[in-house]
Amino acid sequence: MTLGQKSQRHWRAVTHALANGIAGFAALLTTAAYAVNDLPGGPSVNGINLQPAASKIAEELHWLNYFILTICVVIFVVVFGVMFYSILKHRRSLGHEAQDLPEPLWVELGWTIVPFLIVIGMALPATKVLVAQKDTSNADITVKAIGMQWKWGYEYIKGEGEGIGFLSTLDPAQRELSNIGDHTNLPDDYLLKVDNPLVVPVGKKIRVITTATDVIHSWYVPQLGIKQDAIPGFVRDNWFKAEKTGTFYGQCAELCGKEHAYMPIQVKVLSAEDYSAWVQEQEKAMAALADDPNKTWELAALVKRGAEVYASNCMACHQANGKGGGPIKALDGSAIVRDDNIAMFTDVLLKGRLNGAMPAWSSLSDTELAAVMTYAKNTWSNRTGQAVQPKAVMALRGQ
Amino acid sequence: MSAVLGHHDDHAHDDHHHAPTGWRRWVFATNHKDIGTLYLLFSFAMLMVGGICAMGIRAELFYPGLQLVNPELFNQFTTMHGLIMVFGAIMPAFVGFANWMLPLQIGASDMAFARMNNFSFWLMIPAAIMLVASFFMPGGAPAAGWTLYAPLTLQMGPSMDAGIFALHILGASSIMGSINIIVTILNMRAPGMTLMKMPMFAWTWLITAYLLIAVIPVLAGAITMTLTDRHFGTSFFNPAGGGDPVMYQHIFWFFGHPEVYVLILPAFGIVSQIVPTFARKKLFGYASMVYATGSIAILSFIVWAHHMYTTGMPVTGQLFFMYATMLIAVPTGVKIFNWVATMWKGSMTFETPMLWAIGFIFVFTMGGFTGLVLSMAPLDQALHDTYYVVAHFHYTMVAGSLFALFGGFYFWAPKWTGVMYSEAKGKFHFWASLIFFNVTFFPQHFLGLAGMPRRYADYPAQFADFNMLSSIGAFGFGLMQVYFFLFIVIPMMRGQGEKAPQRPWDSAQGLEWEVPSPAPFHTFENPPKLDETATRVVS
Repeated sequence: MTLGQKSQRHWRAVTHALANGIAGFAALLTTAAYAVNDLPGGPSVNGINLQPAASKIAEELHWLNYFILTICVVIFVVVFGVMFYSILKHRRSLGHEAQDLPEPLWVELGWTIVPFLIVIGMALPATKVLVAQKDTSNADITVKAIGMQWKWGYEYIKGEGEGIGFLSTLDPAQRELSNIGDHTNLPDDYLLKVDNPLVVPVGKKIRVITTATDVIHSWYVPQLGIKQDAIPGFVRDNWFKAEKTGTFYGQCAELCGKEHAYMPIQVKVLSAEDYSAWVQEQEKAMAALADDPNKTWELAALVKRGAEVYASNCMACHQANGKGGGPIKALDGSAIVRDDNIAMFTDVLLKGRLNGAMPAWSSLSDTELAAVMTYAKNTWSNRTGQAVQPKAVMALRGQ
Repeated sequence: MSAVLGHHDDHAHDDHHHAPTGWRRWVFATNHKDIGTLYLLFSFAMLMVGGICAMGIRAELFYPGLQLVNPELFNQFTTMHGLIMVFGAIMPAFVGFANWMLPLQIGASDMAFARMNNFSFWLMIPAAIMLVASFFMPGGAPAAGWTLYAPLTLQMGPSMDAGIFALHILGASSIMGSINIIVTILNMRAPGMTLMKMPMFAWTWLITAYLLIAVIPVLAGAITMTLTDRHFGTSFFNPAGGGDPVMYQHIFWFFGHPEVYVLILPAFGIVSQIVPTFARKKLFGYASMVYATGSIAILSFIVWAHHMYTTGMPVTGQLFFMYATMLIAVPTGVKIFNWVATMWKGSMTFETPMLWAIGFIFVFTMGGFTGLVLSMAPLDQALHDTYYVVAHFHYTMVAGSLFALFGGFYFWAPKWTGVMYSEAKGKFHFWASLIFFNVTFFPQHFLGLAGMPRRYADYPAQFADFNMLSSIGAFGFGLMQVYFFLFIVIPMMRGQGEKAPQRPWDSAQGLEWEVPSPAPFHTFENPPKLDETATRVVS
């Protein structure tokens, strides 16, 4: 065999081995890719960029990312073009002799000032987007996202749907799948599916107030362009406005203990009509779960329940001793409270007084109102012995 | 005595026949070369331990689903990998280089406080043992992330207290080392070596030492407050008692941000020594390099809250920190331009140290660019706590600090050991490390952009392929460092290899090249007389 033939055989063997190696590697990767698909509203398979934008802020973030990336790539190409040119040409092996370069001040000033100007140029659009991100004013709906170990709680505190509240937990079957560890058979929304997603209407500004009950969590939904830490003892706010309907997924973004990877966020964005329908459904369900207003209560039980209602709602203004203060009326010794006829007392509670200086408490249930009224009538120096039944309050509602 | 293990040729040192040998030489070491060797061996051991934690992480993340560890142990690996690498591997390695090289470079006989130097090193051993042993304590190692955020740390078991104690000790060691370095550099330079003639490595360490003295006490404050919250009824960070978890973050990051500059400035110094040597040209813009390093250090104190953009800071606060952070890109860019200008019109050869230095410039700059992206507060809202951040800091700390450390090793080890490494093996170590490093961490940019959060033991299946690729790269990278130790470091320490000349790199400048290879146990016992560039000894 000639040297040339031997060499050819050698390189054929090498390229053959290399091709086999690459194919084998690709097979390894493709078997790993198995059957998972892009998740609409969530991550795409082998995604290399930010997830598609579902809000204007997210679009701005896409734009900012491209903007900075482009500038960085240009600088990279220029600087390393120079460097690699130098590596290729200014070598001893090519006989190039070293030449000490002059070091004029303008060079150093130049490559200090030009990057400085570039940085200012980057900072301007970034400032604009940041100011927009932080402007949570004039929201249509305000929800509270409460981080807990290891799930989210949502409360609708202002706007359509006010009063709705529920917990949102990772689907237990998916948590179990994680423990089983079978990577070949995972659903597209693996580790992203919850039992009760946050539901919001499309095209409305949703102010999200984040807080937590134990450690720091973080509420993060990539396609809505939002991330806000949920810090115990603090309330922070942020906002999003979904530009299209659909379901969007996110995950907790601050290490919060062992189940940090298992408390996802799911946001369901509905059309305005669908949202209203959902709200009504929720309110009906909540009412159904509430106390039966036809039940007849014992005095002691009403007073006990009333104490809880008082502590949660009335004590802040009327004080624990019922004496109020300043413009806040005393309940202890109040004629309205002690009156056998509950019509006036109920009216004050249901409608409020002085343009909301005394708020309207119609959102409390009949049972809660009856209980707190009974409590006020039988505490401090008020000893009427009167029990107000929920159905009596129900009868006066709507008058 | 030479500084290589086990070789004792003390012909010129009859008056040192009392000098200790055997284990006493090392336990009672006061010689800067011995202490430097101790630091370097210790840091490599910790690199391996931290690397095992990383292998645990990447092995679990190879496939989605939990196959190997439960999430609690996974979080322990994540936390300990960070703590061990930062405090046990990178920082001590740079201190090891400082110990070996600073007295040689400034013409001093040793460090200013030789016994405190010994204490600084030996303190690290019980601290490291405590840190690593924490895996075996009830509840396992701390699992709150290396940043140890409250109030999660208040939930951790006794290993958190061990970790806090270890960090205190490591911090004390760093402070003592820094005092030593500052006093040595300011007081013990040979006559004629003004500050502006000093090698760049000395400048970067001088500035780094000030940073350490300023910020390690702040870390000590944060972790002590965590300790008292855990055990002594205080509520600094515990919201149930009226405390403020965000205050922990402010205090920690006031330490934490200058800390990352502590991890990179000595690397800049090493690169500034290597590139001029192999380009056969003096460093371009020496004065600018000094001012740029100083600017970076000063700016590093006013940018800390860029780690906290999503905590709910007011707009003005976010804007300030964003502008200040973006500003640091300017002096860093100046340094990169100066290195390229040093190479320009030079007469370059590409031995292993130069490969590492060029690799550093190339890959560290990529890390710098992703840092610029993250500094934009609005974008950080999308990228905070995702794998994009993980990619960023590994590009700067591994491709930055670690590559510079390897470059410095190949550059100076002939002086330390008296033998040359195998150039072929050195080049193999470099190229394989560079490739595996990029295979590991480049895909993590994609993962972060696509929305994968960090510190996750399991992930949605769409992230599977890049995770697998990253894990493969990590195994390869780790293997290469074992290769480095077995086939480069150990042979050199045993004296196996071609004998190294006094000046193995023909264009190397500096007083360290004015002494024989291996450097004798005592050098510059009397201050040398220097030429006017302060790089040569004149008789």
